[in-house]
Amino acid sequence: MYRETNRHFRFDWITIIIFLLLVGFGWLNILSASHVGETIDYFDFSQPYGKQLMFIALTVLLIILILSIESKFYERFSSIIYIVSMLSLVGLFIAGKNVNGATSWYAIGGMTIQPSEFAKAATALAVAKFLSDLQTDIKNFKDQIKAFIIIAIPAILILLQNDAGSTVVYASFFFVFYREGLPKIYLTLSLLLIFISVSSLKFGATITGIVFTILILAYHFTRRKKPRILQTLFAIATCLVLSFGIKFFYQNILQPHQQDRISLWLRLEKDPDKIAQMRRDILYNLYESEKAISSGGLTGKGFLEGTRTTGKFVPEQHTDYIFSTVGEEWGFAGTTFVVVLFVLLLLRILHLSELQKSQFSRVYGYSVASILFFHFMINIGMVMGLIPTIGIPLPFFSYGGSGLWGFTILLFIFIKLDSNRINEW
Amino acid sequence: MRQFLLFIIIIIVGLTFIGRLFYLQVYNLEGHNLFDDNAIRKVYDYPKRGFVYDRNGKLLVSNQPSYDVMVIPREVKPLDTLEFCSLLKIDKEQFNKIYKKAYHYSPRLPSVFVPQLSKEDYAALQEKMRKYEGFYIQKRSLRDYQTTIGANVLGYIAEATPYQIENDPYYNMGDLIGKQGVELSYEEELRGVKGIKFIQKDRFNRDIGPYKDGVYDTLPKQGRDITISIDSELQKYGERLMQMKHGGIVAIEPNSGEILALVSAPTYDPNLLVGRKRSRNFTKLYNDTINRPLIDRGLLRMHEPGSPFKVFVALVALQENAITPQTTVFCNGGYNYGGRKPMGCHCGGGKRDLVLGIAKSCNSYFANAFRKSIDMYPDAGNSMDIWSNHMKSFGFGDFLGYDLAIGKKGNMPNGAYYDKWYPDFNWGATTIISNSIGQGEVLVTPIQLANATAAIANKGYYYTPHIIKHIEGKPIDKKYTTKNQTTIDPKHFDPVIQGLFDVYNNGTAWFLKVPGIDVCGKTGTAENFTIIDGKRTQLTDHSIFIAFAPKDDPKIALAVFVENGYYGARWAGRIASLMIEKYLKGEVTLKQMEQMVLDKSLEEEYAKPYSGKPFTINN
Ligand SMILES: [Zn+2]
Repeated sequence: MYRETNRHFRFDWITIIIFLLLVGFGWLNILSASHVGETIDYFDFSQPYGKQLMFIALTVLLIILILSIESKFYERFSSIIYIVSMLSLVGLFIAGKNVNGATSWYAIGGMTIQPSEFAKAATALAVAKFLSDLQTDIKNFKDQIKAFIIIAIPAILILLQNDAGSTVVYASFFFVFYREGLPKIYLTLSLLLIFISVSSLKFGATITGIVFTILILAYHFTRRKKPRILQTLFAIATCLVLSFGIKFFYQNILQPHQQDRISLWLRLEKDPDKIAQMRRDILYNLYESEKAISSGGLTGKGFLEGTRTTGKFVPEQHTDYIFSTVGEEWGFAGTTFVVVLFVLLLLRILHLSELQKSQFSRVYGYSVASILFFHFMINIGMVMGLIPTIGIPLPFFSYGGSGLWGFTILLFIFIKLDSNRINEW
Repeated sequence: MRQFLLFIIIIIVGLTFIGRLFYLQVYNLEGHNLFDDNAIRKVYDYPKRGFVYDRNGKLLVSNQPSYDVMVIPREVKPLDTLEFCSLLKIDKEQFNKIYKKAYHYSPRLPSVFVPQLSKEDYAALQEKMRKYEGFYIQKRSLRDYQTTIGANVLGYIAEATPYQIENDPYYNMGDLIGKQGVELSYEEELRGVKGIKFIQKDRFNRDIGPYKDGVYDTLPKQGRDITISIDSELQKYGERLMQMKHGGIVAIEPNSGEILALVSAPTYDPNLLVGRKRSRNFTKLYNDTINRPLIDRGLLRMHEPGSPFKVFVALVALQENAITPQTTVFCNGGYNYGGRKPMGCHCGGGKRDLVLGIAKSCNSYFANAFRKSIDMYPDAGNSMDIWSNHMKSFGFGDFLGYDLAIGKKGNMPNGAYYDKWYPDFNWGATTIISNSIGQGEVLVTPIQLANATAAIANKGYYYTPHIIKHIEGKPIDKKYTTKNQTTIDPKHFDPVIQGLFDVYNNGTAWFLKVPGIDVCGKTGTAENFTIIDGKRTQLTDHSIFIAFAPKDDPKIALAVFVENGYYGARWAGRIASLMIEKYLKGEVTLKQMEQMVLDKSLEEEYAKPYSGKPFTINN
């Protein structure tokens, strides 16, 4: 009886409220970033804000559908969902529509669907299924390879469609694997790789090579139990190869516009005129978005009042650069609000994940948090110029039906799984 | 630990974002305003610059419109350069050069592309301007001088320098700013405040409409008209008298401190520094190192005061009770103070009291008075400090505080000054005796002398000299209406003024009388040295004169300084008399004297040091 009367309280309302706030506030900003002229016709479906309103309406239906499906369904059918999703990615090579150089869309009627947005949820289900399998042990090298293949398939398919931004997101599964027992050595190696890359570009390959060699030798000789000399030499060789390899990769393999993104990010260029030039020519969006954000001040210029937003200075502002509209029109108050909402949402999901009784739910929840976190970090970091420009949407916020639906499915499957946890009491 | 890794990273990223946002949006807020926002086009509306009138209401400076072609490099689209160049009357090479310079200054801020078009060029260009994206015409107003006099007083306006633009946010590239004279001193009053319209652009640089319906737009505020204290007739007359001579005349109204005339010779026509020809003419004037027409000699020419300084030596001696008006000295053609050579005197010799001493300019009398002043206290340094402070109360030895931006302090030595000069020598009055006749270490400027003369005319006080008489809708600075009291008791001025009056009766200026006006004055001569080929060479003396009139109700006090003019009465004295008559009567009856002055050219004198040939002086 108790369960029946409190049926709707089983869902985690905190998460749902944050979700609603993000979607609602996001839409207001899309409206501001995309409306033209004096009048606003909310149901003008030729305009992004009108379309987004329709997407949101359809999202409600989607949520009802997800929540009414039995929890067990997601676990049982996860493999099939994953395979179908991968096939939809493969299908792009045959029937995909090219937009802005990326072949990531299916055109159905007047609408376009981007299967990569749904692939994240499918991959998360597959990873959860795999890791929760009693036979799987992530400490085992063979299983590590298998887990890696699960995320590599969508990542490679998406990369082949020229959508580098969405590919990067699959790196977020590292956190999931690590949580589930991936050996620490991987964490150490990843950090080392990042250090060597940045250092090699910033301070030069030779200096980096020397410094790391000295560090490794120091480690070798200070350890009471001496590591084998071969191991040490191998580590040194790896570091040297990496530091020179990265430099070579940067200088000879990356295309000039990619070089400039990294150069600007790591402040490799010293000539201020050249920097300004790079910002203007290559990173026009970033330059304008940073200016738009800083022009907002403490409380912003007001809703629909942003000069750069209404002047359409920031291209793609209603999609990947939507955060700059928040910055300009709502100021520091608005941007902090959004950042805090995201942090709360992520922490809430992590917290709920840790409470899960089933490993499947926990791994899935962890995947959701990791994926959302990557989007949040890369998108806002990019819009503020903290990291190189990688075009990915801000979850629930950016314009686009596929994106909104993809993230909604991702999140609400977890909400459904989580509601089941309460059921088990 | 494994559970917390992502937790911690999320929190760190969140905090980093908020920190970065705080930096961008709050801390760094200063960096953003409407002016920085290249989404908003700024259109300036320059107000009328205030007119300048003379003390009698005569218009001296008004305005004329001018049109600058401006460029915003970032917004420039490919254009028919040949046609554009021919409209602007420049060649392709110049076009590229100016464009590069503008781009270097700022790709997004406007720069002047071609300044001050002629009316015809403007008419031809205006029609076609639309075709050249990134270029526009900015209307400004240039000065239109209604007179050819007073260039040093009126000053000029020119484009603000990058330094000024950086230091005062009011100014933009191409804005005009006062550079000298009253244009500089009263820049803020004269310029007004320019108006601005903010126009919202889209990213294709098209105007969408007024930004926020124009709520931030401002209307220009007209500049204020000013009236300066110069009497343009007197100024003009002074400049005429000084033609073919170098030097300065400063005339002050004693009971107000208003500067009636500030003549610097040689001068130039202020119209030379207007418009497109400005910089070429400026360079020419600047490079004229013989005549130095840009140097205001009335304000900047430091020189030994010569004999007029005796009057102040006497006043200090009276105040310090070192002498009384009845003190007499018997002059036998020199003053023997125990030095290697007695100080000579050309007064004719005989018994001198104060009045006669001034009238005859007797060196012996003032050497005695000075020596007694210094010997008043056991320590010469102490005495010299007291003496110096008295002198400084007349405005010597420091900037006077007048409202023109240039000046020199001059020099009024005190005890410490000589302690430094003679570190291991017990100096005393006789060491520094030449100060008594204005030929020691004392240095003054013509305006300091004129001001001190006004203080004598006022019997003990002066108003800080100033060029401003009236500002439209605003009172003038209080310091110009506040008396500065000297340290000399008013009673001491009577015998001194009598002496100055007798200069014209039985003294050194007996032949310079102005009919119907009681003039008080004092002649002066200052030795003049220069360096030729590394050798110190003496040139013809400078001619100096101070005067005020009428004696009982002084209306004008002045100092005249004629470089290489020989003795004081010769040119400076004549010019003083003519100026006084001109100012007080409005016309000059001393026709013969006037003609003599007008005809006199000292250019030969000035050429001597440059001739490379031997020359004689003081003839
Ligand atoms: Zn004598």
